[in-house]
Amino acid sequence: MTRWLPHPLLLPALVILWLVLQESLSLGHIVLGTAIALFALRGLAALKPEKVWIRFTSAIPRLTVMVLGDVVRSNIAVGRIILSRQNPRRRSGFIHVPLEMRSRYGLAVLGIIITATPGTLWMQYDSSRGELLVHVLDLVDEDAWIRLLKDRYERLLMEIFE
Amino acid sequence: MTQAPDLPLWAALLVAFLVLFGASVSLIGTVGLLRLKTFYERMHAPTLGTTVGMASILLASMICFSALQSRIVIHEILIELFVTLTTPVTLMLLSRAALYRDRSEGRERRDKP
Repeated sequence: MTRWLPHPLLLPALVILWLVLQESLSLGHIVLGTAIALFALRGLAALKPEKVWIRFTSAIPRLTVMVLGDVVRSNIAVGRIILSRQNPRRRSGFIHVPLEMRSRYGLAVLGIIITATPGTLWMQYDSSRGELLVHVLDLVDEDAWIRLLKDRYERLLMEIFE
Repeated sequence: MTQAPDLPLWAALLVAFLVLFGASVSLIGTVGLLRLKTFYERMHAPTLGTTVGMASILLASMICFSALQSRIVIHEILIELFVTLTTPVTLMLLSRAALYRDRSEGRERRDKP
């Protein structure tokens, strides 16, 4: 079982992906999708990816809602910065965020969240020191940003992935 | 589009609003590329188009084709999913290249206060 299905969550995910892509729920597509998914998983196994640990807690919906809200809010903030007359007092800059999270999948999701919210950019992650370099467009208070990233996202991500 | 008259009024209005809204948000992001000053600042601007801009255009597409074909069309979600998953790769590549260039030229702390 584990030899054939090292990643049990990926199989249904790939089958659902196939069915949505084909816009069909017919038996033929379910069989074909499963076959393709199994074939793709064999290919993935050759890459020997790290095992995924996901804890299905209330942290997942909480994080999703929070990120969606933050994306909309930061879209408005960045749009306002672009459209308003250039304020010479506004400054952008780098912040160093010390992370406790070591899970590679958690870090990947954090990377997606940080890049998907306009106004923050993932620059570089130093895995030996666990330090993340983030570029912030509207840097008012460095510590506030660090607290925001750690309290809002890292804590929930660690609940899910570690 | 020959099917356009078949679209009920509520759907037409909603779709038109969402398409225009998404296009405007993407336009603002593009204007940002022009108006912001440094390379790092400019990299923030296109994210508007890949998040809210794209989402509302895709939502418009879902509503439009669901109303026209009288069934739920949701495969646009996959576009959203794949764009969201792949943008960070490009952005990280760009930002690391910029960081590398600045460090090799000894300008690392330029953006720092």
